[in-house]
Amino acid sequence: MRNALKVTTPTDREIVVTRRFNAPRELVWDAMSRPELLKRWVTGPPGWEMTVCEEDARVGGTFRWAWTGPDGAAMSMSGVYHEVTPPERCVRIERFDFGCGPAGAEQLATLDLADMGETTELTITLLYSSKEARDGAAASGMEHGMAAGYDRLDEILQAAMV
Amino acid sequence: MMTASLDATFAALADPTRRAILARLAQGEATVTELVSPFQLSQPAISKHLKVLEKAGLITRGKDAQKRPCRIAAEPLAEANEWLEDYRKIWEAHFDRLDSLLDELKARKNPEKS
Repeated sequence: MRNALKVTTPTDREIVVTRRFNAPRELVWDAMSRPELLKRWVTGPPGWEMTVCEEDARVGGTFRWAWTGPDGAAMSMSGVYHEVTPPERCVRIERFDFGCGPAGAEQLATLDLADMGETTELTITLLYSSKEARDGAAASGMEHGMAAGYDRLDEILQAAMV
Repeated sequence: MMTASLDATFAALADPTRRAILARLAQGEATVTELVSPFQLSQPAISKHLKVLEKAGLITRGKDAQKRPCRIAAEPLAEANEWLEDYRKIWEAHFDRLDSLLDELKARKNPEKS
């Protein structure tokens, strides 16, 4: 059975995504940090493929992810690791180079993996420079913010459609 | 994807005051005057926001020349919601693929258990 994906906006500048996985924490960490495994699930929208996955996951190390899509479309993001504590926590700056958000927009992304024995609880916290930056990133549909920052909007939409 | 109109919708929705105005209008139509007091903004400021919302097709204005009551227009919002829902699905699709990958990794690690 699929575990529920939960998205909240605890503060004006944050988006928080949580989901549980039916696997021990070490395996989830591996799947989220090893390029050959990342490429298998961070594939982008349907019809896209992750073509570049460079990872130097240590403090000060960089990463670069890029995707190609139909008709030569491309998107990429890169950034720098601030904190890497396998298998529980990683903090990095993510910058959208092109294609998946406002160009040059930056966010501080924190990944926390909580060890629940046979399962693992994932929490991704995205912190933006301002509320406007968060809302703009979410509205433009970049990968992490996608579907995300809009629970308040969801309320409006639901109210509007009653 | 109907990008041009969606761009206008999202540009209009990117502003917190405009979202708040929509939330207010979701409860029922209101005139500019009625919108001024809860938002503590000047009438010209409110009018400016209303113009953006109207241009994005998110609200309609009544014909009464004096009051021109504002009403929420549900259709573009439904379209925007559909668009957001598409992206939520992409997130979910990613995590579903991760589920499968994790099952595979588990099986590889503990072949006797699976």
